[in-house]
Amino acid sequence: MLDILDKYDVLGAFWMTIKLTVFSAIGALVIGTILAVMRVAPVAILRRLGAFYVNTVRNTPLTLILVFCSLGLLYILQINLTDPNSSTSIVDNNIRWAIVGLAAYHAAFVCEALRSGVNTVPLGQAEAARSIGLTFSQSLREVILPQAFRGSIAPLGSVLIALTKNTTVASIIGVAEASGLMKEIIENETASFGVFFIFALGFVILTLPVGILFTSLSRRLAVKR
Amino acid sequence: MDDVNPGQADRTTGETVAPDRTGGAREPMVVIEGVNKHFGDLHVLQDINLTVGKGEVVVVLGPSGSGKSTLCRAINRLETIESGTISIDGKALPEEGKALAQLRADVGMVFQSFNLFSHKTIRENVTLGPIKVRKKSKAEASTQADALLERVGVSAQADKYPAQLSGGQQQRVAIARSLAMGPKVMLFDEPTSALDPEMVNEVLDVMVGLAKEGMTMIVVTHEMGFARKAADRVVFMADGQVVEVATPEEFFTAPKSARAKDFLGKILTH
Ligand SMILES: Nc1ncnc2c1ncn2[C@@H]1O[C@H](COP(=O)(O)OP(=O)(O)O)[C@@H](O)[C@H]1O
Ligand SMILES: [Mg+2]
Repeated sequence: MLDILDKYDVLGAFWMTIKLTVFSAIGALVIGTILAVMRVAPVAILRRLGAFYVNTVRNTPLTLILVFCSLGLLYILQINLTDPNSSTSIVDNNIRWAIVGLAAYHAAFVCEALRSGVNTVPLGQAEAARSIGLTFSQSLREVILPQAFRGSIAPLGSVLIALTKNTTVASIIGVAEASGLMKEIIENETASFGVFFIFALGFVILTLPVGILFTSLSRRLAVKR
Repeated sequence: MDDVNPGQADRTTGETVAPDRTGGAREPMVVIEGVNKHFGDLHVLQDINLTVGKGEVVVVLGPSGSGKSTLCRAINRLETIESGTISIDGKALPEEGKALAQLRADVGMVFQSFNLFSHKTIRENVTLGPIKVRKKSKAEASTQADALLERVGVSAQADKYPAQLSGGQQQRVAIARSLAMGPKVMLFDEPTSALDPEMVNEVLDVMVGLAKEGMTMIVVTHEMGFARKAADRVVFMADGQVVEVATPEEFFTAPKSARAKDFLGKILTH
């Protein structure tokens, strides 16, 4: 069983999974925050654009989005995210497009997590803030956003865990992450429960601490009402 | 004055600003003129006229849904109005922006549900406005907050969070938070309705104290005791209209309108 760990670069594949997760998560957080601000903005067109993005992207299978990035944007439209003449351009392009696709997809969920955080803040908090003479932006900064952020920690944790597991979809556009290697091993060797076990364990090791961290953070920082 | 003519004796009908304790006339503090507002088809404020003098305490009474909260909220523009004008100390309410925020700082508001900032300590609740709006130093705001918390009897709780306090304590902190802004007028929207009965008096006592010190107050409440003890006038609202304005004595012993009689019958029997 353990010879598999010698013959194949299992750790390297999980390292790719981690890289995909971290970069996509950062992207998703940035895009998702922008979307969330759009969705609560006092400008109707921004709200509608934000809602359109979220509803479209959230209801499209991730596989389709990644295939669109790789096939549509990279091969057909020839949009390169790396130097096309380098020797590793195909691999690098696919990795970067996978990150873009994962970020764009999970941004919709980040947006909704943040919005659910805003919804945990009772209307009376904003009214009290305005009634002592705080301006709109002061109320947002001092009263609404600090509470909204604390209220969205738990759902953001769920998005991060889903993102970690969803990086496996990147293997369909040729990114050598963990699940791709697992398929390769199963094809080359006799399929055994041991192989599944190693990879399943790998994902649990990645996601379990994230879950525990976010749960404890959200409990510790929760706003008591 | 022994010949009381009901047609001209404003002081006994309560329709104009009540005189101050020395019998002198009061300057107007809140002037509401011809105010109308709809919620959809519901005409929730119908041509409201009311002037509240400096240092005057006005209690607003009326059945649920009669528009008392909406009127209160319109005075510091948490609700917009469609026509008419509202002015505070001679200044018309600005539409929005910085000027509105400045004016709101002069109008204290105490809500039924307290609405203390849940993520801030009691002291931070009281210092936030003075620091951000009045631009006081942290130390100065803190000293003032401690004095105010002492005054409303919750100084021992200053470092706790709102959820750790009883309802009565929270409402007294909410009053301190408003007072910290040095308001010209205080609005109270059913400040004791969400409280357990044994906590009602601790809040009313603070309010009676404020009234005695000469704070201008508009108080929506069904607490007869407070109205009799502290109010200069009672305003009775029904279906979006001001139906009757009278002194507390007059209103509770001899209400004129059928609506008021009916209303008093209901709240006095339980
Ligand atoms: N934001 C709102 N949207 C629609 N209707 C409202 C709103 N706020 C209050 N109303 C309605 O306006 C009427 C007056 O409400 P309110 O001023 O709260 O009365 P009160 O405080 O006297 O009980 C009620 O019928 C209420 O249902
Ligand atoms: Mg009300």
